Amino acid sequence: MASDTHQIAVTVNGTQYQRSVESRLLLSDFLRHDLLLAGTHVGCEHGVCGACTIIFDGTPVRSCLMLAVQGDGHAITTVEGLATDRDHLHPLQQSMRDCHGLQCGYCTPGILMTMKVFLDECPQPTEAQVREALSGNLCRCTGYQHIVDAVMLAAQRTRS
Amino acid sequence: MATRSFGAPIPRNEDARLLSGQALFVDDVELPGMLHAAFLRSNVAHARIVSIDASAARSRSGVIAVYTAQDLGEYWSPGPLLVPPPPIQGITFNQRTQVPLAKDKVRHVGEPLAVVIAESRYLAEDALGDIVVDLEQLAVVTDLEKALEDSSARVHDDVRSNVAARVRQQRGNYAAARVRADKIIARRFSYDHGASSPIETRGIVANWDARANQLTVWDTTQAPVFLRNGLAGMLGLSERQVRVIAPFVGGGFGPKIMLFYPEEVVLPWAAQNLNRPVKWIEDRLEHFFATTHERGQTHDAEIVLSRDGKILGIKDVFLHDTGAYNPYGLTVPINSQCTLLGPYVVPNYDSTFTAVFTNKPIVTPYRGAGRQHGVFVIERLLDIAARELGIDPVEIRRRNLIPADAFPYNNEIIYQDFTQLSYDSGNYEPILDKAVELVGYREFVSNEQPRARAEGRHVGIGIACYVEGTGIGPYEGAKVQVQANGKVSVATGIGTQGQGHFTVFAQIAADQIGVDVRNVDVVTGDTDQFYWGAGTFASRGAVVAGNAVNEAAKTVRQKMLRLAAEHFECAEEDLEIGNGEISVVGVPGTSVRIGELALKANPMRGAVRPGTEPGLESTQYFGPPSGATASGVHAMIVEVDPQTFMLRVLKYVVVHDCGTIINPLILAGQIHGGVAQGIGNAFYEQLVFDEQGQLINASLADYLLPSALEVPRMEIAHTVTASPLNPLGIKGAGEAGAIPVGPLFAQAIENALGLAERGVELNEIPLSPNRLFALTAKLR
Amino acid sequence: MALKAEYGDDGRFLAGGQSLVPTLNFRLTQPAVLIDINPLTVCAGVQHPQSGGLRVGALTRYRELERDPATAQDLPLMYEALPHIAHPQIRNRGTIGGNLAHADPASEMPAIILALAGKLRARSRRGERWIAACDFFVGALTTALEHDEMLTEVELPPAPPHSGTSFMEVARRRGDFALVGVACTVQLDEAERCVAARIALCNAADTPILAEDAGASLAGEQISSSKIDQAADLIRRAIDPGGNVHASKEFQRHLAGVLTRRALATASERARRGL
Repeated sequence: MASDTHQIAVTVNGTQYQRSVESRLLLSDFLRHDLLLAGTHVGCEHGVCGACTIIFDGTPVRSCLMLAVQGDGHAITTVEGLATDRDHLHPLQQSMRDCHGLQCGYCTPGILMTMKVFLDECPQPTEAQVREALSGNLCRCTGYQHIVDAVMLAAQRTRS
Repeated sequence: MATRSFGAPIPRNEDARLLSGQALFVDDVELPGMLHAAFLRSNVAHARIVSIDASAARSRSGVIAVYTAQDLGEYWSPGPLLVPPPPIQGITFNQRTQVPLAKDKVRHVGEPLAVVIAESRYLAEDALGDIVVDLEQLAVVTDLEKALEDSSARVHDDVRSNVAARVRQQRGNYAAARVRADKIIARRFSYDHGASSPIETRGIVANWDARANQLTVWDTTQAPVFLRNGLAGMLGLSERQVRVIAPFVGGGFGPKIMLFYPEEVVLPWAAQNLNRPVKWIEDRLEHFFATTHERGQTHDAEIVLSRDGKILGIKDVFLHDTGAYNPYGLTVPINSQCTLLGPYVVPNYDSTFTAVFTNKPIVTPYRGAGRQHGVFVIERLLDIAARELGIDPVEIRRRNLIPADAFPYNNEIIYQDFTQLSYDSGNYEPILDKAVELVGYREFVSNEQPRARAEGRHVGIGIACYVEGTGIGPYEGAKVQVQANGKVSVATGIGTQGQGHFTVFAQIAADQIGVDVRNVDVVTGDTDQFYWGAGTFASRGAVVAGNAVNEAAKTVRQKMLRLAAEHFECAEEDLEIGNGEISVVGVPGTSVRIGELALKANPMRGAVRPGTEPGLESTQYFGPPSGATASGVHAMIVEVDPQTFMLRVLKYVVVHDCGTIINPLILAGQIHGGVAQGIGNAFYEQLVFDEQGQLINASLADYLLPSALEVPRMEIAHTVTASPLNPLGIKGAGEAGAIPVGPLFAQAIENALGLAERGVELNEIPLSPNRLFALTAKLR
Repeated sequence: MALKAEYGDDGRFLAGGQSLVPTLNFRLTQPAVLIDINPLTVCAGVQHPQSGGLRVGALTRYRELERDPATAQDLPLMYEALPHIAHPQIRNRGTIGGNLAHADPASEMPAIILALAGKLRARSRRGERWIAACDFFVGALTTALEHDEMLTEVELPPAPPHSGTSFMEVARRRGDFALVGVACTVQLDEAERCVAARIALCNAADTPILAEDAGASLAGEQISSSKIDQAADLIRRAIDPGGNVHASKEFQRHLAGVLTRRALATASERARRGL
């Protein structure tokens, strides 16, 4: 069955994009292959691994469970929009580096977007709270410990 | 003088790119005119192919081509045997390797039947539904023991009883030892390992440039050099016409070093045929069938001991599920066979295994590579022996450890690297002592556990020991060059899937050449940059490639000193290197930047002395005589709910010896990651096949990878016995965390619930609340 | 509504999409048309009608329920279950209406609505009707909604005085579907005798089930531990779970008993504390 197309206007990392998309195009594929923002990664396409997590109107969501058309009129932030500028990493990115919170780096963008919003909403988390917030992002490399350390460190640095 | 970076917890060079989404993974490759492939896969486990009709698919708008085995013509052939069987006496080995697209028969669910190439992956998958396949289903072979019966259906028509291999290795005289024994313990164990499930699945982009006569392949492979050599041979190209790039790879863990997967063989051919780039990205569902994994073994094992708990001998007869094809030879079961011996003195050993073909996906190494199975058997046998002989579980292990003065310790049987299993160095008792101390073993057993029991809480403790043969050959190489801008470039053939090679190799080179580690640029996994080397597997990257980098960097250092000595007209001993420059000791103002030296070493005009090599560059290779043996002990305290059988890890301790440490932060990450996979293997993950060879839990919703709530915080300590087999003294560490977790869970859960004394033993992995409920039925 | 009437079963509503889109990605469902109802914000939000109780719009996202301080107070049973439902990112999009209309037997929310004796409002071009929770869940992934109907609202009665609730489940990992889950409410009188108890289970059958006999067995007397054991036993013997890859039917049965005991003990303790 042929798919129909829609004109959409979506803001990603502050830039507005106007595109024509097929109804069934996933938001994750749109970001990666239409907008060439390949920092968002796809791990499962069934909403379990969390690698594709982006920020949609301020909340972290799985981009593999949304259609590109649903982005029309909304604002999205991806990992490419996280750093304040080319020379300065976001405190979370910096602490992930300092604590060795990434190995292959594939799940990392999804974790960064999830944790960024989490820390904005919960600036003084306990380790238990961090792990709970992290439970929707699977990592196969790190065993999570250094990621948790990085989030706690970022929280501490942001406070001081 | 620059700070030494070797041994320091330096943050990684590669992280800024990964953290800002600027690192290239295979699916990020976008080429003009690129097409997309989707594979039609068998949905039954065993069938004869009657017909495949792709005509409707071919005529769908947006579909460029559909290929079956017939279309591949002479290109179609079974893949090569990647790892021949080791030179062991009396082996039976029946080689049957996978094919690019099934012809005549399909032998496992997921085996590719056809490939659609279309304008988009969405369209290609639409077209899969158009292909009409007529399959005549055959009886399915899944159970290992039934597969070996004469009357069983045959996975390969000409291989009776589905015997892929039979191997017996012996040391000493087990039968004689058995006669002398005070205690004989025999049990059946079953150990099931699972799917590596990296968050990035496999992927390939193949681009044939007809004008440049060049094939470029981006692939998530762990072995880019051998992939390139093999593809060149298959396609009738010279090796220099083929470039394989393994860019950033999102986790490997073993199955990405399996070579000549059907998709890897088909895509380059299709790209050449169509003169357009073609991309295939494995989706998660496909990954469960299309990428290799490890599975199960059943062991009938017997241990004989003296009454003071000394091992007199072990006999083990086991079955190994190798899947429908065996391209990777016997690596996994040989590792089980060898690693069973552990850090213990086992003077008499008789081990036989039969590798069995089944109608399931191919089994090849996954982090641990069969060692888990062997370690489970020995550690469980020792626990049972401890109980029956009235000896403390820590004590029985201590009594059997190979003493510190017995190295190199030769176990005589043949290991996966085709040499005798020899432990190069080790000191096991301090590791055991440290683990006991860190986990608070004595305090737990005498005080905490009784107190908890009185409160109605079921807490238990486990401890497990292992050794791991790492850093095996054949060899790796590296090219190191000082560039005109003073930065150092390093190129090596192995790839990287997260182990921090861009940093650890930089640390090694930086220290030799006297530069900041951030000024060392490392390239891995691009055959145009370096095209010798076997790849990342068997915890060998740091050891073998690391030492090659060291040798090359050392040679460059020598060239720098020689050139600087000429430049300053002094002796080499009067020079010091550091901070990117060379200066004469004690003479201020005399220094030259190494970049300048590099320029001097590459004059545009003039004459040079015969035998001079230009620049400050060197390529060196390192091949160890045998593997270096790492070792460790894990200890764990758990709490188990006696009614729901849900489990919580209260404490997890790892004491590990991998020789000299290059980067403690990266090493800790490797151990954490390994333990997390071990926890998944022990209590959460299982590939559940039914009798028809269907995988009934093929999704991440039902194949349970542990999250941050299931993996505890771990405490890690190290001891160091440097390896005498390489100048850096290092041993591998990539797999260690994953190896002993199974027996640890079995022991700790038995201990928490007081099972063994009530007649219930946990002799299988994985465990789960459901399984524990079933195993404890007789107690209710 | 017009679109849904036109396409019938060939058209699916797209709300949170957290259950629907995975099935699209797997190509398990291939509807001709998706009707995006996310813009219908009028169907989202929690209202407190004067008559008491609550009205939860079908398009209310879990996230909103988690963040609304009133939820913990007015809907403690739901509030307790929320952290068990999938993961934070899923709860940011997933809607209560989508979950109920999807009717996965292992899902927590249907059992909760059943335990709370909720009513569900269904609208179509033809009009609207209210369906009691006990009539709404018809089979696995099947509800009483007609092919042209949309779920718009869930009405929950006010919590009776002196009542306590408890939700418990056993799942392999946090956020996974429950192997079995129990949602119960207990109402006591001033003498601490049980006035009414409602015990609903998820994943014990094709639909959420209300253990009426077990609930009735508690009424009229103080809730002692032996009464609780008796109720748990009734449930264990009455249910016929299907078993799955993570739990045999015997284990599900066993867990149902264990969780019933624990949830009833907790709910009655909470009811007592409220007295």
